[in-house]
Amino acid sequence: MDRVPVLKIGDILLVSIQIDMEDQVALQLQEDLAEKIVATGCHGVIIDISALDIVDSFVGRTLATIASVSKVLDADTVVVGMRPAVAITLVELGLSLPGIRTALNVELGMELLAKARAELDWEAGDSGDDEDEPAVTAP
Amino acid sequence: MTTRDGVAAAERIEVTSDQDVVRVRQLVRATAVAVKLSLVDQTKVVTAASELARNTLVYGGGGSVEVLRVENGRRAGVKIVFADQGPGIPDLDLALTDGYTTGGGLGLGLSGARRLVDEFEIDTEAGRGTTISVTKWCR
Ligand SMILES: Nc1ncnc2c1ncn2[C@@H]1O[C@H](COP(=O)(O)OP(=O)(O)OP(=O)(O)O)[C@@H](O)[C@H]1O
Ligand SMILES: [Mg+2]
Repeated sequence: MDRVPVLKIGDILLVSIQIDMEDQVALQLQEDLAEKIVATGCHGVIIDISALDIVDSFVGRTLATIASVSKVLDADTVVVGMRPAVAITLVELGLSLPGIRTALNVELGMELLAKARAELDWEAGDSGDDEDEPAVTAP
Repeated sequence: MTTRDGVAAAERIEVTSDQDVVRVRQLVRATAVAVKLSLVDQTKVVTAASELARNTLVYGGGGSVEVLRVENGRRAGVKIVFADQGPGIPDLDLALTDGYTTGGGLGLGLSGARRLVDEFEIDTEAGRGTTISVTKWCR
């Protein structure tokens, strides 16, 4: 079975999906990422899907689960590089991927993560507990 | 039987594993390209095929998928027939409702696939199995 590599780049884990994943491969990726987040203490995950020519309900659900699990482990996830035809098809399929942050490419994804982190740090340092953390949304 | 561009007019894949679902996606893609569907329509029909092939595997207990090149005078298209001898779908209206699942999925496969294709026919009987044919035509 193929395995999707997870790379650590600075404080970020980068996953670039280059193959047409069997369902088992997608599930394995979900596990690998959770373990890597804990092992490295990274606070951000970028999943690059620019090489994927389709995202069906299974892969969509896996991306949503990865985002939720990462959040519980104190990491933000950004999905980057979705092709326009894939976006059109996903919406028509009925999957709007609520709760998943997206960016057009890896660079913009990194910016988004840095911004999210900076805001979080600012909130934590500035005002203790007057505002609740947003709840984790299930996929 | 092969046509000028080397893509067979009809090809059949037995679906008994995750890997076969990947093979179905690849065959549908190649056929959609050969009949010159637009990129968005290729993406839609491959996504629909992925959903239906996975249902054949998961709920039908495996089965077969046939991919055909079709023509109706002026238009070319791709037709795909998914057949299994599984338990059948007792309440079709319910199964075709967005969000209905008996397997812990998102319940979008069947209803979403129907939206992504031009023709959608389903023949199912409790205890006998399920056959679904879908067609996507060139615009
Ligand atoms: N080939 C089949 N044989 C028997 N039952 C089926 C078959 N295909 C679908 N069903 C039934 O119809 C329901 C809806 O299918 P659908 O593909 O829409 O959702 P799902 O597979 O449960 O979730 P998703 O596809 O979103 O991951 C299934 O949960 C199952 O009960
Ligand atoms: Mg399904």
